[in-house]
Amino acid sequence: MIKLPEPIDRVVANLLKAANTKLPPDIGWALEAAAGWESDPLARTQLGAIMDNVKKAEVLGRPMCQDTGIPTFYVKGRFDASIRNDIIKGIRAATETVPLRPNTVDPLTRKNLGDNLGEGMPSIHYIPTDDNFLEIAVLIKGAGSENMTRSAMLNPSDGIEGIKRFIVDSVLDAGGRPCPPGVIGVGIGGTADECVAMSKRALMSPLDRENGDPVLKEMEEDLFVKLNGSGLGPMGLGGSTTVLGVKIKAACCHTASLPVAVSIGCWATRRAVARITETGIEYEQGADL
Amino acid sequence: MRELRTPLSEKAVRELRAGDTVYLTGEVVTGRDEMHMRAVEYARGGKPIPEGLENSILFHCGPIMVKEGGRWRTVAAGPTTSSRMDLLGPEMIKRFGIRAVIGKGGMSEKVGDAMREAGCVYLAAVGGTAVSIAESVVEVQGAEWEDLGMAEAMWILKVERMGPLTVAMDSEGGSLYDNVRKRLIRDV
Repeated sequence: MIKLPEPIDRVVANLLKAANTKLPPDIGWALEAAAGWESDPLARTQLGAIMDNVKKAEVLGRPMCQDTGIPTFYVKGRFDASIRNDIIKGIRAATETVPLRPNTVDPLTRKNLGDNLGEGMPSIHYIPTDDNFLEIAVLIKGAGSENMTRSAMLNPSDGIEGIKRFIVDSVLDAGGRPCPPGVIGVGIGGTADECVAMSKRALMSPLDRENGDPVLKEMEEDLFVKLNGSGLGPMGLGGSTTVLGVKIKAACCHTASLPVAVSIGCWATRRAVARITETGIEYEQGADL
Repeated sequence: MRELRTPLSEKAVRELRAGDTVYLTGEVVTGRDEMHMRAVEYARGGKPIPEGLENSILFHCGPIMVKEGGRWRTVAAGPTTSSRMDLLGPEMIKRFGIRAVIGKGGMSEKVGDAMREAGCVYLAAVGGTAVSIAESVVEVQGAEWEDLGMAEAMWILKVERMGPLTVAMDSEGGSLYDNVRKRLIRDV
């Protein structure tokens, strides 16, 4: 464990505040670019209202969306097992101070404990390394987009065409429900569970960061054009802005399997990252994990 | 661009057409999954329903509220996904005389039929624009069924120029969602 310039629970509360009140700059630029090319008047109204809301949220320091979602954490570098308790403490504090809407409930009784915690919450992915830093990243997703998560175990013979078919159908069948235009996170390969995890982790990656794999990069660009040509548009009301970006992650899989998963990020794909070293903390709003 | 003021008459609602953009001033009542279930259960069982729901504008929203000096303040109040309320939508509209439903993403054909029958429209708020809508709330007039939790409770809000809202399903069966869906290009 490295020596920390600030307690982890306070860093976590800062991350939740930043992610909820400030849209990642890359997504803001993508929205502005979309508003520039969009010609459908109703779609322009939607994009204008979104950008207006983003500005108000940042100036007033308030959550841009009332669904402050469920956070997923990624912890990378050097850390102790106690980090889970620190994150829990940070969530409890942020729920009061930001404030966050109490969203977590028992799945069967639907009882809400009011603190955004409870059995299995929050979801934390641990990536231990020998590096002399600690990176804490958080992705916030509301239920509108999370409920549209889809995964499939395709046949290997379905190939790239089959994968694209599944992605396009998942996005278009979701319609206006996940608040388009957003980011499409895709996982290809791995095990079934790892595939869904990859699709969500892909949403942490800034839109201006290029995919290092040329095949995946081409798929991302192709899907971006196809989805924006679909006509779904902002909020599913029509137009040529359906997605702001497509991000794909891949892993090897069983020779008899072709897993694919789609995680849809709404226009408010909220992320924040703290990179902590012994000398200080740097905050950003995206990272390749 | 049209200005709407509550209470909305059936005539005013029936004049709205899919594609119109409106701003709303007056009273709206929030309700999502739990509120729908309880309202229908109580009404079927003859139990009293909080005042304000009858002939109201139903806003699919689970807001963030804070209590300051004994009064509620709206921090964030964007629309939630309406299709979750598809099942109880028709009964809500007919039983309580709902004149407009505000939400996002649209509702089922059955809800559209109920809207046509009862004289009701679906107004699409821009998803995620929670601060802008909260800023249009001038007063929190009531908090009912608070035991359901902040997101699921029934909040009675006085709004001024809430919007832009798009008439996405009208009382004549017109639906922007259907129009878009029929023309979707599903190329890969």
